[in-house]
Amino acid sequence: MANLASSFVGIKSPNPFWLASAPPTDKAYNVVRAFKDGWGGVVWKTLGTDPPVVNVSGPRYGAIHSNDRRLIGLNNIELITDRPLDVNLREIKEVKRDWPDRALVVSLMVPCEEHYWKDILAKVEDTEADGVELNFGCPHGMSERGMGAAVGQVPEYVEMVTRWCKQHTRMPVIVKLTPNISDIRTSARAAHNGGADAVSLINTINSIIGVDIDNFAPIPTVDGKGSHGGYCGPAVKPIALNMTAEIARDPQTRDLPISGIGGITTWRDAVEFMALGAGNVQVCTAAMTYGFRIVQEMITGLSEYMDKHGFTSVDEIVGRAVGNVTDWKYLNLNYVAKAKIDQDACIKCGRCHIACEDTSHQAITSMLDGVRHFEVIDAECVGCNLCVNVCPVENCITMEQMVDGVDPRTGYAITGEYANWTTHKNNPMAAPAAVVEPAE
Amino acid sequence: MPSHLPGIASGRLAPDEYAANFLDIHPPLDHHQAVVEADRCYFCYDAPCVKACPTSIDIPLFIRQIMTDNPIGSAETILSQNILGGMCARVCPTETLCEEACVREEAEGKPVKIGLLQRYATDVLMEEQGEQPFARAPSTGKRVAVVGAGPAGLAAAHRLAMHGHDVVIYDARPKAGGLNEYGIAAYKAPDDFAQKEVDFVLSIGGITVEHGKAIGRDVELSDLRKGYDAVFLGMGLAGVNALGLENEDLAGVADAVDYIAELRQATDLSTLPVGARVVVVGGGMTAIDVAVQSKRLGARDVTVVYRRGQEKMGASGYEQDLAQTDGVVIRHNAKPSRLLTEDGRVAAIEFEETMEDGGRLVGTGVTFTLPADTVFKAIGQTLVPAALNGSAETIALDGGKIRVDDERRTTLPGVWAGGDCAATGEDLTVAAVADGRIAAESIHRALSSVAA
Repeated sequence: MANLASSFVGIKSPNPFWLASAPPTDKAYNVVRAFKDGWGGVVWKTLGTDPPVVNVSGPRYGAIHSNDRRLIGLNNIELITDRPLDVNLREIKEVKRDWPDRALVVSLMVPCEEHYWKDILAKVEDTEADGVELNFGCPHGMSERGMGAAVGQVPEYVEMVTRWCKQHTRMPVIVKLTPNISDIRTSARAAHNGGADAVSLINTINSIIGVDIDNFAPIPTVDGKGSHGGYCGPAVKPIALNMTAEIARDPQTRDLPISGIGGITTWRDAVEFMALGAGNVQVCTAAMTYGFRIVQEMITGLSEYMDKHGFTSVDEIVGRAVGNVTDWKYLNLNYVAKAKIDQDACIKCGRCHIACEDTSHQAITSMLDGVRHFEVIDAECVGCNLCVNVCPVENCITMEQMVDGVDPRTGYAITGEYANWTTHKNNPMAAPAAVVEPAE
Repeated sequence: MPSHLPGIASGRLAPDEYAANFLDIHPPLDHHQAVVEADRCYFCYDAPCVKACPTSIDIPLFIRQIMTDNPIGSAETILSQNILGGMCARVCPTETLCEEACVREEAEGKPVKIGLLQRYATDVLMEEQGEQPFARAPSTGKRVAVVGAGPAGLAAAHRLAMHGHDVVIYDARPKAGGLNEYGIAAYKAPDDFAQKEVDFVLSIGGITVEHGKAIGRDVELSDLRKGYDAVFLGMGLAGVNALGLENEDLAGVADAVDYIAELRQATDLSTLPVGARVVVVGGGMTAIDVAVQSKRLGARDVTVVYRRGQEKMGASGYEQDLAQTDGVVIRHNAKPSRLLTEDGRVAAIEFEETMEDGGRLVGTGVTFTLPADTVFKAIGQTLVPAALNGSAETIALDGGKIRVDDERRTTLPGVWAGGDCAATGEDLTVAAVADGRIAAESIHRALSSVAA
């Protein structure tokens, strides 16, 4: 069993798996159940000012399912906690007292005036919570009132509120970012400039998850109407991974700790986020789908992975893939790969053929000597990987690098030399010598 | 319960046991099961399952339509190729057709349940929409006679009616449906599905059925040729192969197809007599059907005896497994040699063991005797050519069946044939439907070109 102990901006937890600020962390009952199942920490569901908000009593969630009802994406229109502030604060204090080894961070969202933040920070400090997370991400409901994503979408507000909070508390301040912007780096830089100890991302993506096509209303439908909500779950993971990497490789924010959020369901997802720069991860939808017990799979999976790779600390994973994230223009244009179909593994569904034939490069046969047979035509194959992705059999089609000889498609010799777009003869802006990716 | 009754007896089971034993053998999929199963289909290119289907149904398309919650559209895809898609979904040996070809059979030994999905879609259409999705073309004024209201005849009649021709079907039996009504094992098509489907097919209009009219007895082929613009022969096989033993007309020795027909028409299975010790001679689907149904009616010992090895049996592996699970004993490599009698009834049947000698089947001289109060003959049905070749021009045969070309044209001008009576492919419902449709299209082309 590897040592999974995590220290994120000085907040210690026995493992890097936290529950994100969301319905699962709205009250002591749930949080205690989560801790009993092994979660390393929680971010308590967002506190606001009294009187508390009111949630709809109709449906708050909508989902995208696979055909066997696996939940792929979830959208919600629930607001921040609808319980009185003092109830939440009392429970936070009790839980932290009873579970001192677990991380307990409190999410906050109050109006954009300094005194509100100063006031609530003092109250949270009294609970002896480990830190605060500023909810600048919630895209529905609260944003209509000038909070949540309405703040997160304005870099100046992000920086201003972050600065207030850093002035008024000794606790670490994590700024939770909204993905509903054009460039996540701008938001992260603003938080960084305001003095944030870390950013967490992504919050949910603004969305309409579906339309009831018999009653013609968005889903979830409340009395015949629907509103846009926040999208999360496995479907948003690719978006979150990219935003995590963008911040991790941005020279201005590369040292800013990141708490990764967005569709994390298994230990593998967690490792991917950490490899792209996340110091720890937060989970919500997976827990809401399967219950808290999934953390046991995550703990054992991460442990086995670390043992296999000889990692003694989770920090050894953090950022390990960041150096390999680059701009397209630095990709090696001399690298040539061809698809190869393992004829023994092939079940002859023909999907590689039709995908290539209809939509790509006509590089896969469907027939050979009158017999159903699928084989790559190297002289046509551009190495696009589409066939690999549509093949239902794992590892049946692989991309094989050409290391010597001549690419039968282009007629060019394989030299093994690196060359990218910056010097390509078709590039009107080509530099005289290849620009290699900056080292830093 | 009185399953111990010796000899032939009815009421061997408790009343509710009959219902349980003759329930739908493959319970239908519900909506969720269908959508989940449909999701398993890979939507193959040039799909092997389609090639394996005698009626060439676009299986990937109809499954995708189920997956996207469009079962009516799915059923239309099925029925446009196979108007008896509902029955075929129930009785097709899918394990040797589409499901054997399914790439998931190769990938993981678990093919997509194509038959059950086809049933799901066709059930939804027939139950929810009721009426068929096809309409007649404007009348052509042409008249076509169809002999036999079985799968081949119904498929031909439906397609001809669609094209605007007027069809009269002549059928020897009181009910239409052919083997769907009189031959299929009861647990494969419960709830009178065969008649519901007949009504569904005929609802297109333009088709008249003349019941109780057998060819060669009540109608003559030569008259049909004179009276109609075209004739389609799809009357199946009226003859039954004999064992070639002495005393074959002995009490207790019966044709399996007759017993199955009787069973299918019985309104109360508890009144249907069945033996205590039943021996079935044969190795095809009919042998299995009569054996399993005898067992399910309460027969104590049921043995199927086939003259060749297991690998040569006509019944599919699935059917053999079904029989054995039901407690039927299957013995291979033995041929009947003698019927033993007692009080004028069969009392036992003696078999001689066989072996293959250079592809030829020879007796070894070793015999065994099985006690039997009932012996079912299930060694194949035959065409009775005399019904066709009366005093008029003769129709050419091929291996005892009517010779046809790719379009199901016989050697007689203006006469087409299909289904079991024609020398085409396997004797399967789905193959008969394919024959009927192919012949109807050929007839339509022929009649259209005459008009032009």
